[in-house]
Amino acid sequence: MSSSSESVVLEQYALRREIPFHERARVGLWRFITKKPLGAFGGLIVIIFLLMAVAPVMFYTQDPEPSPPRILERLQGPSAEHWMGTDQQGRDVYSRIVYGARTSIVIGFLVVVVSATFASLIGTTSGYFGGWFDMAAQRVVDVGIALPGLIFIILAVSSLKERFPPDFIAEPLGLTPASRVVFLIAVSLGILVSLGSSRIIRGAAIAAKQNMYVEAARVVGASDGRIIARHIFPNVFAVVLVSASIQIGGAILTESALAFLGYGVQPPTPSWGRMLNEAREQLTRHPHLAIFPGAAIFLAVYSFNMLGDALRDVLDPRLRGSR
Amino acid sequence: MQRYIARRLLLMIPTLLGVTFVVFLMVRAVPGDVIDQILGDFGAGDAATKEALRKEYSLDGNLAAQYVRWLGDVVRFDFGNSIISDRNVLGELKNYLPVTLELSLLAIFFSLLIALPVGIISAIRQDTPIDYFCRSFAISLLAVPGFWVALMLITLAGRYFTWGVPPKSYIAFTDDPIGNLRMLAVPAMILGAGLSGGVMRFTRSTMLEVLRQDYVRTAWSKGLSERVIITRHVMRNALIPVVTVVGLQLPILVGGTVIIESVYSIPGMGRFYVSAVNAQDYPVVQAINVLVALVVIFANLGVDLVYSILDPRIRYS
Repeated sequence: MSSSSESVVLEQYALRREIPFHERARVGLWRFITKKPLGAFGGLIVIIFLLMAVAPVMFYTQDPEPSPPRILERLQGPSAEHWMGTDQQGRDVYSRIVYGARTSIVIGFLVVVVSATFASLIGTTSGYFGGWFDMAAQRVVDVGIALPGLIFIILAVSSLKERFPPDFIAEPLGLTPASRVVFLIAVSLGILVSLGSSRIIRGAAIAAKQNMYVEAARVVGASDGRIIARHIFPNVFAVVLVSASIQIGGAILTESALAFLGYGVQPPTPSWGRMLNEAREQLTRHPHLAIFPGAAIFLAVYSFNMLGDALRDVLDPRLRGSR
Repeated sequence: MQRYIARRLLLMIPTLLGVTFVVFLMVRAVPGDVIDQILGDFGAGDAATKEALRKEYSLDGNLAAQYVRWLGDVVRFDFGNSIISDRNVLGELKNYLPVTLELSLLAIFFSLLIALPVGIISAIRQDTPIDYFCRSFAISLLAVPGFWVALMLITLAGRYFTWGVPPKSYIAFTDDPIGNLRMLAVPAMILGAGLSGGVMRFTRSTMLEVLRQDYVRTAWSKGLSERVIITRHVMRNALIPVVTVVGLQLPILVGGTVIIESVYSIPGMGRFYVSAVNAQDYPVVQAINVLVALVVIFANLGVDLVYSILDPRIRYS
C-alpha cells in the first residue's frame, strides 16, 4: 500500500521535472481514466451537462419556449420528433431539459464558489489564529450548523426573494427578477453549507500549523496573511476541493427540491424541479413528463458525486470512503 | 465529563441566541408589512385595527424591543398564536409533530436496514465487484431525488399495484395502527433510502478501519471463523461511530420529511411548515425553525455523549 503510493509520488515528481505540461496532463488524465473508470464516466457526463449549460443551442431539437405555444402538440408521448414527448403547453420536454441544465449547473457552481471561499476564509483564519477569534468564529459556525437546512432555506428564499440582491447591485449586474432568485438560492445555500465545511478546513488548518516550516516562516518575519496564503492554504486545498466537488451534487438536488415545492426559480427560468412539479397533475396519464426531468436530476447529481468521489480518492486518500 | 457537559451546555447559549436572531430577522425581511398582508385577506383595515393587531402579534415597537420580548417568550416556551388559526403554536404542533416523528423513526429504521448489511458486505469484500456494486449503489441512493421516486411510485402504484397508493385521508395510528403503518411505509422507505447512502459509506469506512486493527489479525491467526471475527470482533467496534452518523443526519431527515409529506399529503410538521410559509404565518415559521434547531443542537450533544459512553477510549475534558 504505502510503497505503491510512494512510487506514484516519485513518478509524479519525476514527471514534473522533465515532461512538459500537456504531456503530464495527458498521462495524468489517462491514469485517472484507467484507475477510476466510474469517476471518469461521471466526468464525461458532467462535461456534457456543462456543454448544455454553456451552449444549449448545440443540443436543441426544438425551441424550448416556442411563441406562440404549440398547443396542438401538447401532452404527446415520446416520438422521433419529440424524443421525450411534449408537456401541457406543447413544449418539447427534451429541449426543456437541455434548457434547464443551465439553471442547475449555475446554481451548483455558484454554491460551490461561495461555499469554498467562505469556508476557506473562516476555516484557515479560525484554525490559524485560534484564541478568542477562533472561539467567536466557531460560535457563528455553530449557528449555521444548527439552522435546519431545507427548512431554513425555504424561509430565506421566500423572505428575501424580492429584496435580494438590492437594486443597486442587481441593476448594474443586469439581474432580472428570475436570475435574482437563482443568485439568492445559490448565495444562501452556499453560506449555509460553507459553515459546515469550514469546520473540516479548520481541522486541517490546525494540523498544518504544526509544521516546522510554519514556525520557520514566522521566525523569518513572514506576516500572518502570507503564512496563511503560502503555507496553510496549500495544505488545506485538497480538503476544500473535495468538499466542493461533493457539494455540487447536493446543491443541484436542493435546488430541484425547492423548485418542486414551489420556492425555487420562477418562470421563465427553466428548472428540472419545477418541471416535475408541473407534471404532477398530468402524471397518471402522462408519466413521461416526470420520468425524464427526474432522470436528468439523478444523472447530474450522480455524475458530480462520482467525479467528486474519484477526485477525493486521488487528492486526499485519508478521506477515502467516508462521506 | 460533568465539566465537559457543563461547557457544552454553556456554549449552547450563544448558539441559540444566534439561531433565534437569524430566524427572527429572516422572518421580518419579507418586504411590506405583515399586518397589511394579514389584513389583505379581510380587505383594508383602519389605523386603529392595524395598531391593535400589531400589539396582538407583538409587532409594535422597534426591532430590538420586539426581539427581546419575543426571546423572553421563547425562553418560557411560548411561541405565540398562529395568525391563521389563532391557536397556540405549540398546541397546533402537538397535532403534527407525532406524525413526523413516526415517519422519521421509520425512515431511520429502513435506512439502517439497507445501510448496515450493504456497508458491512462492501467492507469485508473490499475491492471486489460486490464492493464496487455496493458503492455505486450508495452513491446512486445519495443522488436520487426522493420526491421523484415518490411521484413515480404513486403513478405506478395507481396503475399496477394495490399498495403504496396514498389513501384519500390520513389514517391516525390510534385509529388503525396497521393501516397507518401501511400508509407510512412507502414514504418512510423513500426517506430511509435517501439517508442510507451516507450511512452505508460511513459503515464501510469504519468497518475497513477496524478490519486493519492488530487484534483482528490476531483473531484470524487464532483460526477463528470469518463469521465470528466479523460479528464478534469487527462489527462491535465498527458500528459505534455509525450510531453517531444517524444522529448527525437529523437535519437532512427533517428536510426530507418536508418534501415527502407534501407529496404524500401526510399531515405532519413539514406540510404544516410549508403551508405556514405560504400563508406568512410567521409565529409558526419562527417556532418550527427554532424548535428544529434546538433538536439539532441537542442531538449533536447527545451524539457526542453516546459516543463516549459506547467507546470508553473517548474521554472528553
